[in-house]
Amino acid sequence: MTTEETGYNFAYLDEDSKRMIRRAILKAVALPGYQVPFAGREMPMPYGWGTGGIQVTASVIGPDDVLKVIDQGSDDTTNAVSIRSFFAKTAGVATTSRTAEASIIQTRHRIPERPLKSGQIMVYQVPIPEPLRWLEPSEAETRTLHALKEYGLMYVKLYEDISRHGTIASSYDYPVEVFGRHIMSPSPIPRFDNPKLDRSPALHLFGAGREKRIYAIPPYTPARSLDFEDYPFAPQSWSQVCALCGAADSYLDEVVMDDGGQRMFVCSDSDYCASRLEKGGRTQ
Amino acid sequence: MTLPVLSAVEVDKWYGRRAACRKISFDLHPGEILGLVGESGSGKTTLLNVLAGRLTPSGGRALYRDENGEERDMHQLSEAERRRLLRTELGLVHQHPRDGLRLRASAGANIGERLMAGGWRHYGQIRAEAAQWLERVEIPADRLDDRPTEYSGGMRQRLQIARNLVTRPRLLFMDEPTGGLDVSVQAKLLDLIRHLANHLRLAVVLVTHDLAVARLLSQRLMVMKDGESVECGLTDQVLDDPQHPYTQLLVSSMLQV
Repeated sequence: MTTEETGYNFAYLDEDSKRMIRRAILKAVALPGYQVPFAGREMPMPYGWGTGGIQVTASVIGPDDVLKVIDQGSDDTTNAVSIRSFFAKTAGVATTSRTAEASIIQTRHRIPERPLKSGQIMVYQVPIPEPLRWLEPSEAETRTLHALKEYGLMYVKLYEDISRHGTIASSYDYPVEVFGRHIMSPSPIPRFDNPKLDRSPALHLFGAGREKRIYAIPPYTPARSLDFEDYPFAPQSWSQVCALCGAADSYLDEVVMDDGGQRMFVCSDSDYCASRLEKGGRTQ
Repeated sequence: MTLPVLSAVEVDKWYGRRAACRKISFDLHPGEILGLVGESGSGKTTLLNVLAGRLTPSGGRALYRDENGEERDMHQLSEAERRRLLRTELGLVHQHPRDGLRLRASAGANIGERLMAGGWRHYGQIRAEAAQWLERVEIPADRLDDRPTEYSGGMRQRLQIARNLVTRPRLLFMDEPTGGLDVSVQAKLLDLIRHLANHLRLAVVLVTHDLAVARLLSQRLMVMKDGESVECGLTDQVLDDPQHPYTQLLVSSMLQV
């Protein structure tokens, strides 16, 4: 596919930057859910394209790692392809689209359907790391709220959802309480994926490039999705199954087929769908 | 005689070489409303903010007696403890509702915030309590899901009061609560504040430049000028028989209708 570029340090970032980022990662792992500020570097791409995730990946990747990159659950969207070839070029690492074979998985919107294993690292590209930002514009104030564990404000947001929509309508970036202490934004993954964060055997690292924050959920750490006693947390569910592989347990994307309103529902995780088809799942 | 709920002991506040408050002392008892009056720049709001623990005094102490009868120095408390008091046993009504409300959240969420901060996790209960308080401040319950931006000025101020009173505080700080409201709305609001303060045995520190408001609400009055308390006493006494030349001037400049 791509050949390794010379003239760059391994995985693009210089070693000093990597060391600084690794320190931030260690701190983040020691304080699950706490947003560690770090001196984010300029990357050869605009903010919003995953600069935070790429810096984290560049700092933890080694020559023996196998990298998988997904965007909207799919391995073959533009952003995923570009980031994958970026590391193939600058680090010469092996890449894969198979969840089971990957040691590092960089993602924006999804956690793969196939259960993660111990030893795997999930790297998230986070746009807005502060879950309280919606109601509190001041960074000084939100930091104080985290420090003093004053989380009434987070519930104000959930309250608003219910009073407006009759249910907690936040369908992505649904806040979790990590290790019973910090409230954390899980990046724009659908709330369907929230239960996968809870006591996950994998290490989850979150990098926000523009906001220059890193945070983490270490393996086997409880991550509880917030809710009210009378409105318990519930992941999304569908009445359909995947039109391609027939999966009933995966996150489905709605695809509009024509102007007549025809639509189909397919797995958002392309690797999961493909592997089910390979094993002899149903085809259309 | 009950013990005071708030004591100011020689409170001093300097901004550089300019004094905003000088050696202010008073005791405030449960159920009592103390009016702080004086012209703009006389140090009323600074004093209020020092007493509420939002500003650090240059000297002196503000002592609050908590629910358990323990005396707490507002400025020796940890930040966590001070903030806890400010959202449970104390309340602060701002002059501008936008400073005291969350404009992006509905009225119900505004009232419920203190409850949720205090650990309420049952949506139905929070909502019922918020609706009840909305009615107590005479806002129709069907406005519960509207945002404060859809409220009139007088309603916003009442919402701010409901938001503070929902945790049944013992001491309320009010900074010009009727500023910017027209006379009839003002009268209704004053009526409400007086009723609630009576009913809940609230102690109130009320900052106002409007002597008519002070006359209606407060039992005692402190007249401030250039950071100093020039006269202090029962409201009727101070207003009907002012002793200090400045108070005399202030009273004589009151508009009579």
